[in-house]
Amino acid sequence: MRLELQGITKRFGTFVANDSIDLVVEPGQIHCLLGENGAGKSTLMNCLYGLYQAEEGEILLDGVPQHFAGPGDAMAAGIGMVHQHFMLVPVFTVAENVMLGNEATKGIALDTKAARERVNEIAGNFNFHVDPDAVIEDLPVGVQQRVEIIKALARDAEILIFDEPTAVLTPQETDELMGIMDQLRKEGKAIVFITHKLREVREVADKITVIRRGKVVGEASPTSTDSELAEMMVGRAVQLTVDKGEPHYTSNALEVKDLVVTSADGQVLVDNISFTVRGGEIMTIAGVDGNGQTELANALLGLEPGVTGSITLNGKELLGKTPRQMLDEGIGFIPADRNEDGLVGAFTVAENLMLNRATGAPFVKGGVLQIPFRNEFAREKIEEFDVRTEGIDQPVNALSGGNAQKVIIAREMSKDLNLFVASQPTRGVDVGSIEFIHKRVVEARDSGIPVVVVSTELDEAVGLADQLMVMYRGGIVGIVPADTPRDVLGMMMAGIPPEQAAIAPVPVTEEGAQA
Amino acid sequence: MSTNEPLAISESQQMNLDTEPEGRWKGAFREMLAGGPGVAIGALILAFLVGSIMIAFTNAAVREAASYFFARPQDFFSALGSAMGGAYSSLIRGSIFNWEAPTFQRMISPLLLTLHNSGPLICAGLGVAVTFKAGLFNIGGRGQMLMAAVFAGWLAFGLPNLPVGIHLIVCILGGILGGALWGALAGFLNAKTGAHEVIATIMLNYVALYLLQYLLATPGLMQNPGSSNPITPATPMSAQLPRLFGRQFPLNAGFLIALLAVAFCWWLLNRSSLGFAFKAVGENKRAAKVAGINTDRMTITVFAISGALLALAGAMQVLGTVTTGFTDGIDGGIGFDGITVALLGGSQPVGVLFAGLLFGAFKAGGSMMQAGQMIPIEIVSVIQSLIVLFIAAPPLVRAIFHLPQPSQVAAAKKAAAKAAKAEAKAAAKKEVSA
Repeated sequence: MRLELQGITKRFGTFVANDSIDLVVEPGQIHCLLGENGAGKSTLMNCLYGLYQAEEGEILLDGVPQHFAGPGDAMAAGIGMVHQHFMLVPVFTVAENVMLGNEATKGIALDTKAARERVNEIAGNFNFHVDPDAVIEDLPVGVQQRVEIIKALARDAEILIFDEPTAVLTPQETDELMGIMDQLRKEGKAIVFITHKLREVREVADKITVIRRGKVVGEASPTSTDSELAEMMVGRAVQLTVDKGEPHYTSNALEVKDLVVTSADGQVLVDNISFTVRGGEIMTIAGVDGNGQTELANALLGLEPGVTGSITLNGKELLGKTPRQMLDEGIGFIPADRNEDGLVGAFTVAENLMLNRATGAPFVKGGVLQIPFRNEFAREKIEEFDVRTEGIDQPVNALSGGNAQKVIIAREMSKDLNLFVASQPTRGVDVGSIEFIHKRVVEARDSGIPVVVVSTELDEAVGLADQLMVMYRGGIVGIVPADTPRDVLGMMMAGIPPEQAAIAPVPVTEEGAQA
Repeated sequence: MSTNEPLAISESQQMNLDTEPEGRWKGAFREMLAGGPGVAIGALILAFLVGSIMIAFTNAAVREAASYFFARPQDFFSALGSAMGGAYSSLIRGSIFNWEAPTFQRMISPLLLTLHNSGPLICAGLGVAVTFKAGLFNIGGRGQMLMAAVFAGWLAFGLPNLPVGIHLIVCILGGILGGALWGALAGFLNAKTGAHEVIATIMLNYVALYLLQYLLATPGLMQNPGSSNPITPATPMSAQLPRLFGRQFPLNAGFLIALLAVAFCWWLLNRSSLGFAFKAVGENKRAAKVAGINTDRMTITVFAISGALLALAGAMQVLGTVTTGFTDGIDGGIGFDGITVALLGGSQPVGVLFAGLLFGAFKAGGSMMQAGQMIPIEIVSVIQSLIVLFIAAPPLVRAIFHLPQPSQVAAAKKAAAKAAKAEAKAAAKKEVSA
């Protein structure tokens, strides 16, 4: 089925979210919609899916104009959407979720058997591995997403919209999703893929349309370089590699010795690791998600209960201190999950900027909040860190990912720091903000303090590193220089020690060397 | 780098930071309080509508006219009209202004009674509201009020020789201490042992009740000497809250204390660092932990403050409302009414003030309705319960059935649109300045 959007315009009050957008998606094609957060990609797709009504313009399927009053109409016309936040009932099984809203019945009884067969049939056709009787809440995120896809396919969708599908996935799950999308393309489905991740776009796209501030700014070919795409998206030249000078070491140091983190149920999460980060140096910790990196970072802030070993900062033992005491030692901390651990969503920007400083001067005097000071501080920091918000009183849950992250960074960097720890500092953040955040991390390092960055994005880990540590199953595989070949790093992430990885029969390609 | 085992570790460790995942019940409470004044007023209107239907059905004249409705419908409607009119006019005459009373003093006495009734209700509502703000639920108001009554009462009868004024202050402070300790105990059990605060507070209600019954039934403890009934001696004059408009009106200084408590809670929640921490814990416990807030200590502190506010309600009962000696019913159900007041007031101190006044009026007007119109006073309880039901029902129903929340989807969309707008604005500004 061929999808055509003609002159779609959608306004919210005086704000034009989509400005006369034209788009053609052919069957058997993956069409990427590329744009920064808030560029209007999702709004456009919501118009297509019947969630919004466009003020102007037309939607044509195989040349026939359509009028969707709601998602039901869009589904009936053959459009399926895989939302970023899954629309699944967590306590239902896969089969129950797939038939939800489209229930097959036998008399008055639900025909669960038919639903189960349908799931197996689709899963078989596309080589998915999904158990129809598994309960959704027990499934990993990547599999839940597959259920969403099956749901769309079960309703004979010919056009599939993927709204930022990789934002919630690990690198491996992303690779698997790419494979699935490729298969769907081969089956002749038309696919709209919304993203702001350049690597993914180049990997699967047949056609790329770039949207900026509600307008189509142009088309790009999948052979475009990252920097060309980024420039189209952001509207100016973007520095994709991290720009940093030689490290200037200071006498400060973070020393971790024989650190072991054990979970409440006795699992060893961080397994006896030791390393030293000098002042003026960035140590990045790479590895596949879930190999103990997050727990290590949490332990550095005193958030993990079962920790043994030693953590010394500038000669002072920190192990056993509470998070409050750690913060008072001058630790800046960016948690991996910013919405769960870094911000209070319902609080305003100004309140979040003082979240971990509500114990004393200058934000609190005699137990009383110093609100004029806080507001002044917040206004300054919004300006300094380029947080795009309607004002300091806007709740942070209304901010885009990149801007929310900037609020955390502004908070953590506007105090005297002795150590800076950042977990996944750019996860779910748009290209323009990534550049900014990397700059700030390098600034922290250049101020002479030790910096620890945890990142599952290998590009980022390599780009920021003065030293690079790879973790696997809670242990250190090796600590290597940043210019270690990519293939070696990849093998280290699978647990192969660097000495072996380096001599393994893997050709060192051009690409590996330049990354 | 494609291995599956590490993922298994990550799955089981996702909740590592927090031992107890945010339950759907807490989400439901937060949602109940997020409705704002619109929902509260809507619930009030619905409750009155249903209440009116019940009044109509309990009225003999209406029932009789209904039996020949199709023959003479006007009879039915006039009976209905006089039943409604009678009910609501007596409710107003009993709670605000009695235009049928012979003297001006007696005309305004219902309003003063309303204010008198609302003092303990406001304090109790504030106590519950503070815990709501911190994402907790104090259903132990009864126990905390009873412990306050024990402490305040014991100080009142036990130290009869203290000077006037000092005696009263000592009794109030003692009562606050009793309630605060009882509240803190529930908080301690929740924070240190993981006992659910709802269970802990309900059970502590019984502990307090049986403790008081024991004290009342044991000669030499709190039982009135020379009496075999489970009742305390009368509260001495020196420990009574002074009446504001003379002996003939029950309104006493307790109402002023309630107003001070409203101001204190507003300050606590909006201006103090402690309130900031409460709200951070209530909105996002994990982020609060990462921000260095000791969430266990906060739980205990919140419950102590909540218990102290409920204790004020308990002390007002002993030192103002029931001064002739009290029994184990001294709490008068106010500990539970406080939950309704907090819900109706949206957990905002000023909202709680108005909700407390409304409930005070219900209490005053309900008796008049019963006396004047033979309408059972239970109707008032029914209306109060319906208010809670209408405020709480939609989120509760969703929580019970694990249903997704439709408004969340809409809110997320709205937020996204807003963010996009802000972004575009900021970008435009930047362009202009550049």
